Amino acid sequence: MSKEYETVIGLEVHVELATKTKIFCGCSTAFGAEPNAHTCPVCTGMPGSLPVLNKQVVEYAMAVGIATNCNITQYCKFDRKNYFYPDNPQNYQISQLYLPICRDGYVEIKGENGTKKVGIHEIHMEEDAGKLIHSEWDDCSMVDYNRSGVPLIEIVSEPDMRSADEVIAYLDKLRLIIQYLGASDCKLNEGSMRADVNLSVREVGAKEFGTRTEMKNLNSFKAIARAIENERERQIDLIESGEAVVQETRRWDDNKEYSYAMRSKEDAQDYRYFPEPDLVPIVISDEWIDEVKSRQPELRDEKMARYEADYKIPAYDADIITSSKKMADIFEQTVELGANPKKVSNYLMGETMRLLKENDMDADEISFSPKNLAALIKLIDAGTINSSVAKEVFEKIFSDDIEPEKYVEENGLKMDNDEDGLRKIIEEVVAANPQSVEDYRNGKEKAIGFLVGQTMKATKGKANPGIINKILKELL
Amino acid sequence: MANVISDETIDYVGILAKLELSDEEKENAKKDMESMLDYIDKLNELDTAGVEPMSHVFPVNNVFREDVVTNDDDRENILKNAPEEQNGMFQVPKTFD
Amino acid sequence: MGILDFTAVELAEKIKSKEVSVREAVDAVLEQIDKTEENYNCYVTVDREGAIKKAEEVQKKIDAGEIDGPLAGVPVAIKDNMCTEGLLTTCSSKILGNFIPTFSSEAVLNLEKAGAVIIGKTNMDEFAMGSTTETSAYGVTRNPRNPEHVPGGSSGGSAAAVAANECFYALGSDTGGSIRQPAGYCGVVGMKPTYSTVSRYGLIAYGSSLDQIGPLSKDVRDCATILEVIASHDPKDSTSVKRDDTDFTSALVEDVKGMKIGIPKDYLGEGLDPEVRDAVLKAAEVLKDKGAIIEEFDLGLVEYAIPAYYTIAAAEASSNLERFDGIKYGYRTEEFTDLHNMYKKTRSEGFGPEVKRRIMLGSFVLSSGYYDAYYLKALRVKALIKKAFDDAFAKYDVILGPVAPTTAPKLGESLSDPIKMYLGDIYTISLNLAGLPGICLPCGEDSNGLPIGLQLIGDCFKEKNIIRAAFTYEQSVK
Repeated sequence: MSKEYETVIGLEVHVELATKTKIFCGCSTAFGAEPNAHTCPVCTGMPGSLPVLNKQVVEYAMAVGIATNCNITQYCKFDRKNYFYPDNPQNYQISQLYLPICRDGYVEIKGENGTKKVGIHEIHMEEDAGKLIHSEWDDCSMVDYNRSGVPLIEIVSEPDMRSADEVIAYLDKLRLIIQYLGASDCKLNEGSMRADVNLSVREVGAKEFGTRTEMKNLNSFKAIARAIENERERQIDLIESGEAVVQETRRWDDNKEYSYAMRSKEDAQDYRYFPEPDLVPIVISDEWIDEVKSRQPELRDEKMARYEADYKIPAYDADIITSSKKMADIFEQTVELGANPKKVSNYLMGETMRLLKENDMDADEISFSPKNLAALIKLIDAGTINSSVAKEVFEKIFSDDIEPEKYVEENGLKMDNDEDGLRKIIEEVVAANPQSVEDYRNGKEKAIGFLVGQTMKATKGKANPGIINKILKELL
Repeated sequence: MANVISDETIDYVGILAKLELSDEEKENAKKDMESMLDYIDKLNELDTAGVEPMSHVFPVNNVFREDVVTNDDDRENILKNAPEEQNGMFQVPKTFD
Repeated sequence: MGILDFTAVELAEKIKSKEVSVREAVDAVLEQIDKTEENYNCYVTVDREGAIKKAEEVQKKIDAGEIDGPLAGVPVAIKDNMCTEGLLTTCSSKILGNFIPTFSSEAVLNLEKAGAVIIGKTNMDEFAMGSTTETSAYGVTRNPRNPEHVPGGSSGGSAAAVAANECFYALGSDTGGSIRQPAGYCGVVGMKPTYSTVSRYGLIAYGSSLDQIGPLSKDVRDCATILEVIASHDPKDSTSVKRDDTDFTSALVEDVKGMKIGIPKDYLGEGLDPEVRDAVLKAAEVLKDKGAIIEEFDLGLVEYAIPAYYTIAAAEASSNLERFDGIKYGYRTEEFTDLHNMYKKTRSEGFGPEVKRRIMLGSFVLSSGYYDAYYLKALRVKALIKKAFDDAFAKYDVILGPVAPTTAPKLGESLSDPIKMYLGDIYTISLNLAGLPGICLPCGEDSNGLPIGLQLIGDCFKEKNIIRAAFTYEQSVK
């Protein structure tokens, strides 16, 4: 390659909002229902049905806009986007084109050269489509409208990103902001967060943008990174061989690691937007904005600062704990229950992270309750169990959210503090290991460890290590 | 004045509107659309500079519902009129995502 | 005097006083239908069994004192673009030829709560697109006053059913004159209330920003009574307005002393049949004699209402009718090669020519590159038209004029030239653009014995002014 190319990337991120009901009707948004069980005349486009806007959708969209430094459009409207497809029951999607609810924001990401601003062009509200299921044996597809009308916001960035790393940093930033706001769980793999990548390349130093393509069907950070690399190469190859990049929508196939154009002559991509006559404008007062602002929960940066100041935990710990809203919630709730912040932090940073990694899980998938972690720390603090038992109990908490008191009781795991009983056992251990006794007496401090271990083994791990040490030192 | 609608335009609008017109219908549609557009062009006699487009007549704003589930499972009714149904879903010709 | 001669309100009184049973009223209507329906074709569906069953239910409720309204037990006909649970609703289109709604429109529910008995669903122009009821997929409706003539449209079936005594009153919908103009052609009373007064939930949309449901009735008292029953604030319709002044019958007062009535000169000019003009001006004289102050004035912009209207209505319709695609309900073509072929064949076979014409026009004016020039321009003109009416209503309580330039044309005369047909809507259309209420009532006949319609227009939310003027006129010429 003779020339140097720069990749220019903008993102369209769709986020499913965490409302209980759909955007324009009182149907549940819960997952897992039978096909079409969560539908009504409105979200299946029955003749005569009319939409009524869910207020919570507006407030979530405002909250995300405020958190991403956007201007809130104080007079905003919905528009119809017209296109025929079976997952779209009215054959128009109610969306926003002319007056989207938020505009001109930005988020800061950590780039190679310090922090960088990624501009947000706009955020608009719209409805999700239904799901198409393809029959394997018949030459047909089937439509389930349970997702039809689930509220979405679409966050459209400026073309400010230059690499897959920046894209991922940006997505991560958005994910955390939105999760902290409680506006969505933002799961890329489950589709509650979806990113379309607009990408073009140009020679380094060029002022004009190249022709861009839009890439769809990116279901993981890895897929996004691969698709970006692949599309960059594809466009550079085209340019180098003197061909033109065609402005088009492409679909990424992550298994085959290539993309193909989604083109059809029946697909004119002329959406004939016009103001939705069935919905009235939304007028957002300064007071309403202030109200949403005042209800805005603490976001990550504020949380990190507070953890350091109030809980006296290191910045490093605070950074890791707040990298997931779920983990931060567990941390705070456990501390709330009276556990020592540093000890809670240690459990999250150490054992929890280890188990997550071993089980190939995401921090958002943590399912144990703060109550049980707090109880475990209490048992340790009270000297009821020793650290090796604690490790075992925590694994059970992590996997099955067991109640530690009950578990310790039922499995007889309480720490053995019976000095007389232990003395007997230790006398036996000492008698059986003359060599170690000899070594210790000759100044090999480490030899005592072996004797402690043997005692532990003899007590099935339940002995109080402090007492063992004390007795051993007496006997030796 | 005198709008001219080409065959391409009629075909294009047919794709947008999902209507398939016979050749005769197309010719009629062209003529209809040409005369309607000529007629609509009359609006250009009016100076509307500075006039806000009025999509809603009344200043009614902020009509919302609360985020409360009000609908039960109504599958049977929803599917009642479906031309073709399969496994509780609407059956459609094969689509490729 | 037979049962059929009663107005709706009179019949309800007779039912209340047990002089007539609900069943007798229903039977009388069904007998009339047996006699005349063959000639007029007012209905797409007559629900005999449902009506008879309902009659018994309603009678019980009336006897038990559970229903005590001014329309209790009175048989009604519903335009076939309003959903009725369990009862075929076709919009007079092949594409909904088998559509049985699973819910009823709010206006129908309001009537049912008041003890109405639905006789059937009336014929209309397909999807309410037309002014003659000739674009129906289920045959033309004939004007009971002269079956050689059209009943008007699009609520032609409703107007004809009232005129032919095939019901006691009917509901229609009005997007550009579709209640008022057929009322005028058939010699009955019809009213479009202020936009947002009657819920649109369950009304199969044509032009969402223009559509309103309203009554067609034998006289002004019935009209006000029906409107009072169907008007409601409906949380299911975002454009529905909460009003505390829907006691429309309180305006049934024979008094127009001091009422300022303006007649737009623009409504009396070229194209207006002289017989219609004379009848309308004579009606104005009657009101003047009753103490109203009558003035002619320049309204302006009248000729721009039609192109603005057709742009907006066609655009909205092209989108509203996208849902008819052969997937969820209604007609699906027999054979197709793939998805898009299925869409195209279903829609091309399912829609009639006038509907296709407007969908094509609407899709075009919204398409890339034309939106600003056509659609936005039309919305700007709409704002100007609204302003012109605001100025007029600063001076007048009521605007008076003809409902249509002529009396009912002969069957088959209108459809050949769409623009000529559209021109017939010139006096009615601007009310829909501006959201205004309008009532049409008979004010005489032409030399062929065809009814002439008088239109009274009120400012937004001022139905009571036009009801009072209409009632006063009606009482004066009784």
